[in-house]
Amino acid sequence: MATLEEKGQVSSSGRLKEFLREMLLIRRFEEKVEERFRAGELPGFLHVAIGQEAVAVGVCQALEENDVIASTHRAHGHTLAKGTHPNEVMAELYGKVEGMSHGYGGSMHLYDMERGNLGANAVVGGGLPGVVGAALAFKLRGEPRVAVAFFGDGATNIGTFHESLNLAQLWTVPAVFVCENNHYAESTPAKQQLPIEDLTKRAEAFGMTSMKVDGQDVEAVYDVAKKALKHAREGKGPVFLLAETYRLTGHYIGDPQVYRPKEEVRELRQTQDPVTKAREKLELSDSEWDEMDAEIVKIVDASVEFSKQGTDPKPEDALKNVYS
Amino acid sequence: MAELSYREAVRDAMSTAMRRDDDVFIMGEDIAEMGGSMGVTQGMLEEFGPERVRNTPISEMAIVGAGIGAAIAGMRPIVEIMYQDFTTLAMEQIVSQAAKHRYMSGGQIKVPITIRTQGGAGWSPGAQHAQQLEAWFVHVPGLKVVFPSTPEDVRGLLWSSIYEDNPIVFFEHRTLYGIKGEVPDEIEPIEIGKARIHREGEDVTVVATGRLVHESLKAAEQAAEEGISVEVFDPRTLQPLDEDALIASVQKTNRAVVAHEAVTRMGWGAEVAAVVQEKAFDYLDAPVARVGAKFTPIPFAPVMEEWVVPHAKDVLAAIKKTVGKE
Repeated sequence: MATLEEKGQVSSSGRLKEFLREMLLIRRFEEKVEERFRAGELPGFLHVAIGQEAVAVGVCQALEENDVIASTHRAHGHTLAKGTHPNEVMAELYGKVEGMSHGYGGSMHLYDMERGNLGANAVVGGGLPGVVGAALAFKLRGEPRVAVAFFGDGATNIGTFHESLNLAQLWTVPAVFVCENNHYAESTPAKQQLPIEDLTKRAEAFGMTSMKVDGQDVEAVYDVAKKALKHAREGKGPVFLLAETYRLTGHYIGDPQVYRPKEEVRELRQTQDPVTKAREKLELSDSEWDEMDAEIVKIVDASVEFSKQGTDPKPEDALKNVYS
Repeated sequence: MAELSYREAVRDAMSTAMRRDDDVFIMGEDIAEMGGSMGVTQGMLEEFGPERVRNTPISEMAIVGAGIGAAIAGMRPIVEIMYQDFTTLAMEQIVSQAAKHRYMSGGQIKVPITIRTQGGAGWSPGAQHAQQLEAWFVHVPGLKVVFPSTPEDVRGLLWSSIYEDNPIVFFEHRTLYGIKGEVPDEIEPIEIGKARIHREGEDVTVVATGRLVHESLKAAEQAAEEGISVEVFDPRTLQPLDEDALIASVQKTNRAVVAHEAVTRMGWGAEVAAVVQEKAFDYLDAPVARVGAKFTPIPFAPVMEEWVVPHAKDVLAAIKKTVGKE
C-alpha cells in the first residue's frame, strides 16, 4: 500500500487518526472473532492479537507497495494491516470458499499473494527462512523491495531464528525481522524461556543492526519501521526490530491464563492498550470516537454476514491444490 | 550422442539451465570453490560467480527455507543438501513449508524448488552418511520425489525438476556418480512420473531404483543364463508413480520383485507391492517379493555393510523364489 506521506496525509494528527482507525479495525475484528468462536460458529482454534495492534499497523503502514510480509499463528492483525479485506479474512475463519485461502488454510494460514502477504505460519519460527529467501530473490534481481518477518519472543529460541538471522546478515539481504516481544511463549513467561532480557543481543551476536521500540506506541513503531526498512532497502543489511508489546488476552481464545496473575491483564489493559493510547494522544471527542467506532463495527459485522452467507467447499475439493 | 558421467550429467543440467535463465541459481554447503563434496558443482563458481553459486553456512533449515522463499518470490532455486541424512535437519521446512504452501494458500502459491541430495552405502561412510530416506518423502502430499539411475535420466529429469512448479526432492546415488553413459547432444526433458524399462522380459518384473537398477540388470543377466526372462523396470520418479506402466508390465510378466537399497521394512517397495496387489491381483502368479536393506542402521565395517545392503545376488534370489526356481 502507498504510505501516508505518498497519499498526501502528512499532518501528524491525520496520520495518527488513520493508524487508530486501522488498529480499531483489528481490535473490533478480534473481539468479534472471540464472540463468534464462543458461539460455536468458528472451527479450529484461534489466536487473537488484542494488545499487539500497534506493531502490525505501525510496521505495515511503513511498507512500500511491493514489500512483503510473513506472519505467525497470531495473524489476523498483520493480515488486515497489510490490506486484505475483513470479509476475506473472516470468511477464511469460517472455512468458506470466499475466504482468502478458500478454506484450505484457516486462521493460522492466511495468505494474500496479491497484497504481498507470503503467509502466516503455524510453526513457530517456520516462516523466517522463507523471508530470507524472498529477500535474497529481491537482492539477486536488483529489486528495491524488503521482506518483513513477524514473530514473537518465543521464536527467538528456535533454530530457524538463529540460522535465518545468521544467513540474512551474512548475505546482507533486505529483510526486517520484527520481534513482537509479548513476554510469553504461549503460556511460558520470559523468565522460564529466555536466559537474557534484552533480545537485541541475539541479533547483535550476528553483527546485525538492531532497533528497539515501544510496541504500544503506533507512531513510534511507524517511525522506527521506516528507518529499518530504509536501512534494508539501501542495501545496508537486515535489521532486527524489537517491539516490546503486550498480549491483553490469552494465548488462544478460551485460555484460562492460569500462568499469570489475574491483576496483570487488568493492569495492562489500563496502562498498555495501544488503542487507548492513540485515542488519548489524539484527544478525540466522544462523538468523534463513537463515529469512528460505529463505522468499524459496521464493517466487522458485515464481514460476519458475508461469511455466514458464504459457500462451503465441496468435500472432494480437498484433493485440489496439492500440486500446481 | 555424447558420453557423460552421472556427475557430469547433473552438472550439465544445472549449468545449461543457469546459462539460459537468470532465475536459476544454486546454494549449498561447500559447493563453490570446493565444487561440492562429490565434485558435482566443480567449475560452476568460475562460470557463474558467487552470487549464483552460493556457498552457505552449515544451516540446512535456513538453506532449504531460503530456497523456498526465493521460489515463492519467483525464482527457481536448486538447493544441494550434502548428504540425504542431513535432510532430516530441514524436515520441517520440506514437509510443513515447501509441501504445504500451495495447499494452505488455496492455490495462490507455487514453490518451484529443487532439493538435490545424495547418499548410499558401499564405501563405509557409517550410519549417518549412508541412509536411503526416500520413503520419508514419498509419504508427503505436495512433494514430488525423483531418483534417476543413469546419466541420461539424471540430466533429463533434473532439467524437468528445475522447471517444475512443485517442490522436488531429487535423489542421486553416491556410487553412481562415476558411471558413464550416452546422452543426447541437447538436453531432452524427461517427464516427471514416467517410468523406463531398461530390459524387457517375460517372466518377472523387477521394479528397481537407483543403484539397484544396475544390480537388477546384473541379476537379469544371470537369470537369463538359467532361462528366466526378467523385465527391469525403473520408475525414475517415486512420487508420482507411473502406475499405468507398472501394472502393464506386471500384467505381462505375472510376477513382481521390488528392489531398493533402503531398509525393506515400511519402505517404498511396500507401497509398490500394495499397488500391484490392488490393481493386478488377478494377474499375479506369486507373491510380490521385496529386496532391500536389513532392518538396522548402516554399519561401518566393510564386511557388515556389504552384508546389510542388497546386491545383484539378493535380487537374483528373489527372482528365482518368485518364479519357483529356488
